[in-house]
Amino acid sequence: MSTTETEGRIYDVAGQDWDELVKTVSESADERLVVNMGPQHPSTHGVLRLVLTLDGETVTEARTVIGYLHTGIEKNMEFRTWTQGVTFVTRMDYLAPIFNETAYCMGVEKLLGITDRIPDRAQAIRVLTMELTRISSHLVAIATFGLELGATTPMLFGFREREMVLDLMEYITGLRMNMAYVRPGGVSVDLPAGAVDKIGEFLKVMPGRIKEMRKLLDANPVYTRRTKDVAYLDLTGCMALGVTGPMLRAAGLPWDLRKSQPYCGYETYEFEVPTQNTCDVYGRYLVRMAEMEESLKIIEQALDRLSGPLKGGPVMIEDKKIGWPSQLALGPDGLGNSPDHIAHIMGSSMEALIHHFKLVTEGFRVPAGQAYASVESPRGELGAHVVSDGGTRPYRVHFRDPSFTNLQAVPATCEGGMVADVISAVASIDPVMGGVDR
Amino acid sequence: MTTENLPGLPEEPVARKGMFGAKDSGDTSGYNRLVVRRPPKLSSSRPYGSYFDEVADALEPAFADAIERVVVDRGEITFHVRRERLPEVMRHLRDDAALRFELSLGVSGVHYPEETGAELRAVYHLCSITHNRRIRVEVSAPDADPHIPSTVQVYPTHDWHERETYDFFGIVFDGHPALTRIEMPDDWEGHPQRKDYPLGGIPVEYRGAEVPAPDRRRSYS
Repeated sequence: MSTTETEGRIYDVAGQDWDELVKTVSESADERLVVNMGPQHPSTHGVLRLVLTLDGETVTEARTVIGYLHTGIEKNMEFRTWTQGVTFVTRMDYLAPIFNETAYCMGVEKLLGITDRIPDRAQAIRVLTMELTRISSHLVAIATFGLELGATTPMLFGFREREMVLDLMEYITGLRMNMAYVRPGGVSVDLPAGAVDKIGEFLKVMPGRIKEMRKLLDANPVYTRRTKDVAYLDLTGCMALGVTGPMLRAAGLPWDLRKSQPYCGYETYEFEVPTQNTCDVYGRYLVRMAEMEESLKIIEQALDRLSGPLKGGPVMIEDKKIGWPSQLALGPDGLGNSPDHIAHIMGSSMEALIHHFKLVTEGFRVPAGQAYASVESPRGELGAHVVSDGGTRPYRVHFRDPSFTNLQAVPATCEGGMVADVISAVASIDPVMGGVDR
Repeated sequence: MTTENLPGLPEEPVARKGMFGAKDSGDTSGYNRLVVRRPPKLSSSRPYGSYFDEVADALEPAFADAIERVVVDRGEITFHVRRERLPEVMRHLRDDAALRFELSLGVSGVHYPEETGAELRAVYHLCSITHNRRIRVEVSAPDADPHIPSTVQVYPTHDWHERETYDFFGIVFDGHPALTRIEMPDDWEGHPQRKDYPLGGIPVEYRGAEVPAPDRRRSYS
């Protein structure tokens, strides 16, 4: 199928008539070809659309079109309470939900002025779940990257390992993803019995699995040829385009908010910030692999604290005007409930019932002002700009999502390269469209 | 809280009266005499504390007339900059050796419909990797003339961020290389994150009733 329009000839392959397409294109004298890739394409990481202008096999222009997954989360939050906001932000970057929740909650806590009063146990649980999520997110990045280059083994390995993390998250929070676990003031529920042992088992298995993956990929000639010296973006480019995360660290700058501007007590954990100076796809892969190994170290330390000095501590701020009153426990029916608390509000204290009702339906008021809180998500700096007008709902919440910003680097990394390397370039940015479009 | 015993404290305008913000029906709660006032407009004076004074020292001599006010709140400093001078100020913030805010974390829009003459805000968060510091720059524009100079020339990362802010708030960034919608469809009308953007209700199959739009429901704030 082909039609002539003002801008030139348009070829359409809706009928799968590839032979006809090849024939008509080869008859055409025009060397310049504009290819529309996506938004429904297996290697664009969700609904990303790329408009590529090709000269032979060389990309002369790459344009990125986003917005296909815009769901208006930021606007929706303006009509929910501050606590309900967590349920929305967790759905932004769906591969790293805990980071969205933590950034948002840190912003709300800054507005409330309670940052110093968050219990240590809650902070350690936040660190633990964030690092688990970082591993699962990096695993998806490496797994889908392999698949997009045509290698299925990294994909199977990556998703197998990620499943272990998701099982742990399900055990801790009740949900595999979008768990709304971190709340303003702490976390919603303490670690269930046996969680420490389960994570301990994971820590025993995981280093071997990472080693296995490295054995498969690190020196694999097929893999290195597709990744080395591909999608070059140096430090100047990263700074100008606002690129952060593994891409920046693969350009040689050890900028990691966990080290440079610590939050949630990261300054008390021992870990390294891995860097590479190759500025290419392979460097980004190595940084992600090394970061997973560092995350395991942090998890081990957090686990030691949770089962040692911080055992039995509170996981929610001891301020009855902010922390929800019920101490939830996951029952055998899989539902979170608190029989003691229900007996208290339904049987003995009318005031406790009123307080519970007001806090849950009306929510708490947050003093007017604005705050910016940021965390180092697997993709870079994830910032939450939170504005309050003094009410029980956010006045405005804006997420500075690293996927959104990093995706601007597509033209810089793809133009002048081969069309096949566009896949590597986009995959090495590791954009999550839920975070890009929000 | 009464402010009668606090001389010289200006009375801020009323934000709302009553408990639930509902105006169409009688308030049966007994809270209809409740008056909630707007938060006061903050402005800080020196010393700002922390590294904020050093940043202000490096910025103010050259741009004293460009900075409307400085706010230090919750451990963060905000420079309110006149929109005409924004690109110069940003360039200075990026290039001056004492400032070196190399990394911009983008643009965030906010709409304050009640602040006449400064309804639309563009908020920039800047980070200095050299000095490990953060500041916030805020620029305002009236609804009637929603223009702010583009800063893509200084921070290329603002390309998409300014498009997003234009898309959601209708702030026109003059000098942006291609200011088009980015999240909403190209032919969309209106700017959805403005506070005056109409929201839809949900029709229900009971005598033609409709669940009111979220901004028209009873609420506590």
